[in-house]
This record gives sequence, C-alpha cells and structure tokens, in this order.
Amino acid sequence: MTMGTFEAAPIPEKPGVLFPEIASAEDKFRTCLQCGVCTGGCPMGEVMDFAPRQAVKMLLDGRFGEVVESNTPWLCIACHTCATRCPRQLLISDSLFPALRAAVMAAGKPLDQDLQKALQNTYLYGNPMGESPRKRAEWAKTAGVPVPIVSQIKRPVDVLWIVECYPSFEPRNQEISRKLARILNALGVDFAILGHEERCMGDCEWLAGERGLFEMLIERNIEILSKYRFKQILMTDPHSYRTLRNVYPALGGRFVVKHVVQFLAERLSQLKPLLKKQMDVTVTYHDSCCLGRKTGHYDEPRALLQALPGVKLVEMIQNRESSLCCGGGATTIYLDRFIQDRVKDRLADRRVEQAAATKAEILAVACPFEPSRFEDAVKVTGQEGKLLVQDILELLAESMGLA
Amino acid sequence: MNIAVLAKQVPDLVEGLEIDASGKALDPDSLRYILSETDDHALEEALLIKERVGGRVEVFSLEVGEVREALYAALAKGADRAVLAQTEGEVRLDNHTLARIFADLLGRGSYDLVLTGVRAIDDLDGSLGGLLAGYLGLPYVGLVRKVEIASDSATAIVEKEYPGSYAAELEVRLPAVLGIQAAEQPPRYVPVSRLRQVMKTAKVEVQDASLPEVLPVAVERLSQPEEGAGAAMLSGNPEEIARQIVDLLSERRLVG
Repeated sequence: MTMGTFEAAPIPEKPGVLFPEIASAEDKFRTCLQCGVCTGGCPMGEVMDFAPRQAVKMLLDGRFGEVVESNTPWLCIACHTCATRCPRQLLISDSLFPALRAAVMAAGKPLDQDLQKALQNTYLYGNPMGESPRKRAEWAKTAGVPVPIVSQIKRPVDVLWIVECYPSFEPRNQEISRKLARILNALGVDFAILGHEERCMGDCEWLAGERGLFEMLIERNIEILSKYRFKQILMTDPHSYRTLRNVYPALGGRFVVKHVVQFLAERLSQLKPLLKKQMDVTVTYHDSCCLGRKTGHYDEPRALLQALPGVKLVEMIQNRESSLCCGGGATTIYLDRFIQDRVKDRLADRRVEQAAATKAEILAVACPFEPSRFEDAVKVTGQEGKLLVQDILELLAESMGLA
Repeated sequence: MNIAVLAKQVPDLVEGLEIDASGKALDPDSLRYILSETDDHALEEALLIKERVGGRVEVFSLEVGEVREALYAALAKGADRAVLAQTEGEVRLDNHTLARIFADLLGRGSYDLVLTGVRAIDDLDGSLGGLLAGYLGLPYVGLVRKVEIASDSATAIVEKEYPGSYAAELEVRLPAVLGIQAAEQPPRYVPVSRLRQVMKTAKVEVQDASLPEVLPVAVERLSQPEEGAGAAMLSGNPEEIARQIVDLLSERRLVG
C-alpha cells in the first residue's frame, strides 16, 4: 500500500478555499470603500510591501498570490486598529491576514524558524515555549496560598482560572500569577486551575493561519472544560480571553468568561478596604489591543488603578481606542527578529517613550506579553530607573500587602 | 532515485529522564518519545534530493512511542511510503540490533540512497549508519550536510563535516548509506490540517520484523550526570549574575 506525494498547493487566487472564514468574508470585502482608514491607522503599514488597503484591493482584483509572496503576511501585529476603524467593519486582521498566512503555509513555503518552533512546540506540548505540560502548575507551589487543581478537588468551583502559557511558564509572569493567587485567596474566591490538563487556547495559532492546530487545540480544550463544573472562567491573558469569549462559542464552547480586570472591578467594593498601602505614585496605563479594541475593557483597568490609594492616573498621547500596540500581537511575539530587521524603531520602544513623556513613574499593564516587552524597551530607550513596568495585579497586591 | 530514510524515536528531553529500579534502563512511565532530530534532517535532505532529481522517498521506523504520528508527518511532508516494523519484545534496541533489522527490511526493496541521522541523543557513538552499510555491503559516509546526485545517478558528491569547521567534498558510488548531520535547509513545517488529512487518507504500512540474533551491547548502569568539582554556581539577582559572568570572562581574557 503506497500513496502519492502530497504536492504543495499552488497559491490560490481565491483564498476562501484555504481559509473558510474569508470565503464568507470575501463578499463583505467587496463592500470595501478603499478609503484607506485601515492603512492610515496601521502602525506597520509603512514597512509592508502591500499595506492593508492595498492588500484588500489586490484580494478583490484576484492578485492575492502577489500579497502572499510579499513581506505583508508576517508584518501584521494584529493590533486590530484597522478593523476597529473600518467604516464597513471588515475583519482585516482577523480574517485577511490569517488567510494570507494559511496560504503561505499551504504553499509549503519555509516559515520563520522561531515561529515554526513555537507552532511545533504548541502541537507537541500545548505551549509555544516547549515546556513540559506536566510542569504547567509548578509556579503555584511557591504561591504561598493554596492553588487547587480542579481534577483533584472533585467538586464544582465558582471560578475556573485558565492560567495560560506565559503566566504558567515565563518567570516574570509566574510572579504575577502567584500574586493573583494571593489576591483571589484574600477575596475568598472559590477558584481552581486546570493544572497539567491545561493547553494553549489557540489565539496565536489561529492568527498565524494554522487553522488545523487551532481546531485541534479548541477540540481538546472544549473536551477538558466540559469535564468540570464551574460558574465562570477567569483569565489574565487578553488574547486567549477574547478568543474564548468571541470565537469558541461558534465552535461549540460556550462559557462565561471574564478577564481579571473585569472580575476584580466587579468586586471593587470588597477590594477597596483591602487596598491599605498608600502608593503615592503617578501611573499611566497601556491599553492592550485585545483588552481594549477587541473587547472594550477601557474603564475597568482604570477603575482598579484609581482605587489604589495615592495613585495619580495620567494618559499617554495614544490611549483607549487609539492605543499603540506593543508589537507582539498575533504571532509576532515569535517574529521579533524578522520584524526588527524591517522597522526603524520597534513599537514597544515607541510606546515606552510615550509613557515616559507623561512623566509617570509606573507603566501599568494587564497583558502577559507586556512586562518582558516593555521592560526590554525601558532599557533600550534609556528609561531604566525612571519608568517601572508593573502589571495592575502587582500594584493591587502591593497595596494589599500581598507582594 | 529511490531513497530510504530511517526514522528513529528517541526520548524527549522536555520531560526529563528518570532511571528505573534496575538502574539499567529509563523509567518507561516518565518517557515520551520524539523523532530524532538528525533523522528529521535526513528526511528533509531526502525530500530536497527528490525535489531536485525526482524519485521516491520511503521512510522506515520501528514501533516505539509516537512513531505513527512521525510517519504520518513524513507522508504529509512529501514521503511516498511509510513502513512501520513491528518486533516482539524489547523496544529500546542497541545499534547492532537496529542495523540488522533495518538491513533485513531494506533488503526487501531496492534503494539508491539510504539516509539516516548521523547520531541520536541516545546513541552518541553514531554507529547505526556504518553498521547498516556493513550489513548491506554498501559504502558509508557520515557527518554529511549536502548531497548532490550526478547526472547519470551513478555517483553523488557529498559534503562531509570535519572538526575545526573544515569540510570535504567526497564522491561516493551509489547505492550508498549516508549519515546526515544537517539538511541543506531546516526541516519543513507540516500544517496540522494537512497532517490530519493525511492521517485520514494515507496508510502506514506495517511489516513484521524478527529480532535478529546479534550480540547486543549490554547496559551495565545508567546514571544522572554528577556535579563536577570544577563547577562554580553563581548566585544573586540577574544583574549581579550578569556582572559576575562579565568579570569571569574578562579575568580569563575571553572577551576584550
């Protein structure tokens, strides 16, 4: 029994064949006004061979293949500014770019090696770093408070906390995870985590155009989540949060999902008396793309920061809907080297310079990609010692005496 | 050009290794297997050769761990046939036994080239290719990083690595066995959708293989690496550790 070779598919002029989302979206793309608002707001447009408006035009003109061959597919950072501003509400970053990337993969073109490694690791181990899935809950051992694993406690819980990859494995984020465990404990929240059963939620894989890997992760995650009884899911990663909230339902996974800023803002009256330490500090807040433009949580993080005693909140020149991406969205957190060779200055550096211009002492964030990216940018831009990057959870823990 | 590729499963170091109670084998409960990295390169080189001069790529494995998935991945990448050899008993075999089994399997077909990873993490002596070539009566070149087939397909020019960043071009008569150090480009990516499609539509061929009567290498004892006396552990926060490393490097004049 033998079989023929699988030929690499030719680059299709009709991308819907490869990426079902865009087949239904294509008609909608025909309503494009070619107004250029997408390109105007795109922080990467100037270095793309075909900026978003042009890419849409080429799709409609049957010249999709030329865009697939260009540098454009890998330069979208999925900040979603284009889609948010588009008068026709075309999902450029969520459908056109994943379709471009899927086409690159289907044509068997070589991938960036960092990205390929991340995808292979996610396939094998359920996380892009290539860490052992058995060690997913190691961080919790030093949390100082119980962090129950849902399969072990054998009872329904109020809150299932999906910790996600960076907060589980990356040392800087593990610290933040431990602080959240203490905050939840102090608030008396009945919570548990999935432990070794947890896998990547798939946001990056979807945006990378790795449709098959995304579906595999979703199937497995829905199967695992369906085993347990809980009232709501809590997440700190905005990317996974918006995917679980906005994409999973259409694929059979319906859950009540809250991002931690939303979850804690709902408990502000309970939280406030616990915020004892006077902070006396000026803070500026970075709206991450998925928590801001994608899910509209602009007010909750600010409410939490303003609840901290002695915090003065100031805004950067680009804030809320116009916030500037850190440059790590979608898959681009694995494409730093590829992108760095093509841009004049990195978005994270530009963003930190905006933060420094406010004279704030703290750049507050609520996304696991930010601490390492912005701390690196703080060093690169010479702000070390002047600007401190802190997750909102770290500031809350400090004021609660849990740091 | 008919090319055979040997694809071996090795323990995945991501899980860490534990030694079982006998002290002579790895604890199977802690083990997870993955395709040997150099074998992945051997497959990539085989696919590149096929793309350049035409022909077939056939992949051979023994039943160990997640091997079926690795074989389906090979088919998804462009291999034409995947063969899984099932033996009775012991699955972790030494290179003498492996070479004998593969020699019998390959003897059932006709190949111009046999490619295997030059070594594996559980086999640092890298003897599989040489032993196999011995059994098959073919020439062997190891540490190969490039293969060019002559226009008459009778010979190949191979680039072989030597220590000190030297390399030599050797002409080898075909058929031959080559131990691949690295393919000319990184092993390609298989999108999961294609892998899943192949798993549904393609077949991995199962063949029986009998355990040959060769004198195996006997393992006396396995041990975890011991901390040497010469090692100094640096401690402190990342800045302090970085400072100590810089001092050590400049003390020893390893950096300007």
